[in-house]
Amino acid sequence: MNIKSQKDFFAGLMFMSVGVAFAWGATNYPIGDGARMGPGYFPLVLGVLLAILGGLITFQALVLETEVDNKIGAFAWKPLIFIILANVVFGVLLGGLPSIGLPPMGMVIAIYALTLIASAAGDEFSIKTCLILASVLAVGSYLAFIVVLKLQFPVWPAFITG
Amino acid sequence: MDLIANLSLGFGVAFTPINLMYAFVGCLLGTLIGVLPGIGPVATIAMLLPATYALPPVSALIMLAGIYYGAQYGGSTTAILVNLPGESSSVVTVIDGYQMARKGRAGPALAAAGLGSFFAGCVGTLILAAFAAPLTEVAFKFGPAEYFSLMILGLIGAVVLASGSLLKAVAMIVLGLLLGLVGTDVNSGAARFSFDIPELTDGIGFIVIAMGVFGYGEIISNLGKHVSEREVFTAKVTGLMPTKEDFRNMVPAVLRGTALGSALGILPGGGAVMAAFAAYTVEKKTKLRPGEVPFGKGNIRGVAAPESANNAGSQTSFIPLLTLGIPPNAVMALMVGAMTIHNIQPGPQVMTSNPELFWGLIASMWIGNAMLIILNLPLIGIWIKLLSVPYKYLFPAIVLFCAIGVYSTNNNTFDIWMVAIFGVVGYLFIKLGAEPAPLLLGFILGPMMEEHMRRALLLSRGDWSVFVTRPLSASLLAVAALLLVLVLLPAVKSKREEAFAEED
Repeated sequence: MNIKSQKDFFAGLMFMSVGVAFAWGATNYPIGDGARMGPGYFPLVLGVLLAILGGLITFQALVLETEVDNKIGAFAWKPLIFIILANVVFGVLLGGLPSIGLPPMGMVIAIYALTLIASAAGDEFSIKTCLILASVLAVGSYLAFIVVLKLQFPVWPAFITG
Repeated sequence: MDLIANLSLGFGVAFTPINLMYAFVGCLLGTLIGVLPGIGPVATIAMLLPATYALPPVSALIMLAGIYYGAQYGGSTTAILVNLPGESSSVVTVIDGYQMARKGRAGPALAAAGLGSFFAGCVGTLILAAFAAPLTEVAFKFGPAEYFSLMILGLIGAVVLASGSLLKAVAMIVLGLLLGLVGTDVNSGAARFSFDIPELTDGIGFIVIAMGVFGYGEIISNLGKHVSEREVFTAKVTGLMPTKEDFRNMVPAVLRGTALGSALGILPGGGAVMAAFAAYTVEKKTKLRPGEVPFGKGNIRGVAAPESANNAGSQTSFIPLLTLGIPPNAVMALMVGAMTIHNIQPGPQVMTSNPELFWGLIASMWIGNAMLIILNLPLIGIWIKLLSVPYKYLFPAIVLFCAIGVYSTNNNTFDIWMVAIFGVVGYLFIKLGAEPAPLLLGFILGPMMEEHMRRALLLSRGDWSVFVTRPLSASLLAVAALLLVLVLLPAVKSKREEAFAEED
């Protein structure tokens, strides 16, 4: 069988699996009946509906001819990994990770780490411009979020401020 | 005159120096972020929402209104100058706007967009004020069955007007509805799909979804494209004011756009997008004056009409939100979330229980519009400068703002892990060609819909016919069915595809 539209085919598969997962999860909760619906009723109905829709989309992708190019194309792994990693590292450094005994390192260090990692996602990478950018962002964020908006952020590492 | 009394109450609330300042700051920040390429109004509002947390509700809403208009105008600026529509409703603006910019007429294009939007905004505000009170009366007649049917209509409307595959859009809505159900069930107290994670029992934060899918997903996809595919801004902007000839062409286009936008915006389901498309189509159908530039080559009417329609539509789309509490599109869904954070549950009761807030908000929308004109036309040079900043400096900053915004919502790092997940999911959506806006709308409506459906069926003792035997509910469902049938008709279907094909 030929896949006519790659995007739709995999989108359909995604909807199907998510729908089945939700419907299956919903059966763990009381379903009830129409008059007295349990917490599982609505998610079960929606999950089944999503699975059916996913099935239809997959079926169409196999049968209907499309003129537009519907190839998914290569995944941009480099930006995907670096952007998400930058975000996660920012969270770890900002709030600390008690499970590995890492104390909160504060916003300033987290900003430098985020900028360095995120910049690596781009086409060109220079450590010098990166550090300048990080410094600008750190000062700007400090002024905007801590001084003006007074958000409650740990700014410096916990072991310095005590 | 109730209308005047109400509006003056609103302006009395909104027109204090401190609130004017918030409107100004909101507009400034909204434009600043909105002008960044690849950041649409949804991501902008989500990113800037934390800035309003510390404010009292009225000021916060005024600032949000400012952010909203700023973000929209910023999006139009990027669309015209860089050929990069930040949202679906500025897709048509790109066609003639970018051509004008390439001919060195970016100034008049931006002015036309600004002036047209301002006029449309004024009309929209008046309509909103005039219709809000009577519609609220109707809203009080709504029972759970009517609300459920209305939401169905809204969701169907959103799908019909969305571009791309109909089935996929429906699937995205259902997925959004399901994601909205994560968390504690209000009726039974059962924690659903929470995997025993305490943070998940409160449900998934809408900021997390908006930021992850619209913010990170877009950045990753932008970076994945080759440098040559990313349009860079090169043209110079000289002279801002449109010529006399421009004005003569512009005025009727603005009037037509405003009328269309106001009418379509009231409809639940992303009226603003359709309004922009419809307005452009109407302009294309009207005859060209002798010596006028053809459409697609930089005709000023092709900028003025959709921009006015878009703005009038987004103004009147506040009507279903404020009177019925039902968001008609993704941006409004975000506004609902924002209001809930400030302890305001949008709906008919706001107007009666809290008239200062209600009319203050309406007045502040007009102020937000006016601020835009004052702010953006003189400052246009600065926004243009911002667009010439290389993307490699911009995107780490955008990532940072997203991360800070997410963290500050709950001062909790859990949200940062969640946004990482939704960033990956958002990129996957882009790769699979699944438009995320319906998902956000479904996400906000999910819990409401379940609640109303359960209540309606509880009252009818499980009899499903309650949705069709109550006349109001039945007619809402009939309209929804009609919309669906209309779209599936072969003749309309090809027209629709044609209209959306113009964006390429």
